[in-house]
Amino acid sequence: MTAWLQLVQITRKDLLIEARSGEALLVTTPFGAVALLFVPLAVGTDTPLLREIGPGLYWVVVLLFGLLVTLRHSAVDTPAQIALLRLCGVHPVVRLAGRAVASALLLLAFELLLVPVTVALYDPAPHGWPWLLVVLPLVATGLGLLGTLAGALAQGLDGRTTLGPVLVLPLAVPLLLGATQAPRAAALGHAPWPWLLLMLTVDLIAVLALLLGAPHLEEVA
Amino acid sequence: MHPQLSPQAELTGVHVDVQRTAVLRGLDLVVAAGEVLGMVGANGSGKTTLLKVLATLVTPVAGTVRVRGPVVLLGHAPALCPQLTLRENLRFVAGLAGRDAAVADASLATVGLAAAADRRADRCSHGMRRRADLARVFVTEPSLLLLDEVQTGLDVASAGLVDHVLEVVRHRGGASVVVSHDRDQVARLTDRVVELVAGRVGPAVIV
Repeated sequence: MTAWLQLVQITRKDLLIEARSGEALLVTTPFGAVALLFVPLAVGTDTPLLREIGPGLYWVVVLLFGLLVTLRHSAVDTPAQIALLRLCGVHPVVRLAGRAVASALLLLAFELLLVPVTVALYDPAPHGWPWLLVVLPLVATGLGLLGTLAGALAQGLDGRTTLGPVLVLPLAVPLLLGATQAPRAAALGHAPWPWLLLMLTVDLIAVLALLLGAPHLEEVA
Repeated sequence: MHPQLSPQAELTGVHVDVQRTAVLRGLDLVVAAGEVLGMVGANGSGKTTLLKVLATLVTPVAGTVRVRGPVVLLGHAPALCPQLTLRENLRFVAGLAGRDAAVADASLATVGLAAAADRRADRCSHGMRRRADLARVFVTEPSLLLLDEVQTGLDVASAGLVDHVLEVVRHRGGASVVVSHDRDQVARLTDRVVELVAGRVGPAVIV
């Protein structure tokens, strides 16, 4: 069986598990929405202020709660299941890539679910919105890859719940900057390409890290 | 049945450290094709580590390992995704192995779980999960089957399934290694029994 078909099988299985348990999306999305709701309650009905900070808050919530989505999702495999995959001839790169793809799709869904909440609560200016079609997948891909790598790195460690965010958050800062600045630059009439390139670079580095690091991250013993 | 001459697995001078502690120390072992080998030993003697070496999941720091696959390892805990049904679990394995989904369904029927095929694994008893794990043998058709305390949790009727699985692998020319604390059980299931003592195959071989 080709690696691509194995990757599809793993992605499909991970999404099926999520659809069955709803652990990542159904648990985390409402909390993300509540976090977005709390800020207007705290700052009051200052509409211009809310409109100004809305997009930035959206991305902060996506980053922090998306991290939970991807780290929860990366914790589903037991050593016995990892051993099963290896004995079925699944290369560690394929296993982690399948997981990262599923994670990215879940994160994309998470991002899309929070967009109407943000629009309803903050009424942000609609300038530069079309760029979200590029920004949303770039952030989802980057976070999915980084979370999967961090989950694999921390697998089996006592402090994995703490270690995961500590590993991912610094690396995800360029994604946050790119996601907030690209639509803003477009709205101001500037080219958003540098910011998109920054996010793409993070994604590519994460892909490279997965390709090179996956065989060393998989430890069954 | 006597084992054939060609080795299914051959370990020479295998040394494995786990967390800086020597678990296997220069172990030599040959498992012949068609053989069912039993393995007993005290806790910490290296039985499970040896199975992982045979499954090529653990790389020894010294020695050589030659194994003819594919290999199936059935360990203490069934390797099932709890949120998926038994059918989905087996179909996933079949998909990875490049087999048809129908093979998974037939395998579940073989282990007597056709009626429970659409039940989630986490809603099945331990014995049912264990049987579903055994069904993997029919999906992936291994040349080397490794069983680690696999009869734990199986009732008397289901325990006969292990005999059947071992016979199926042997019939295909493959070999099996059965690890257990229960010496009587191992002696009944296997052609010969070796004892692991402090990371080596001990001098006493129970026949």
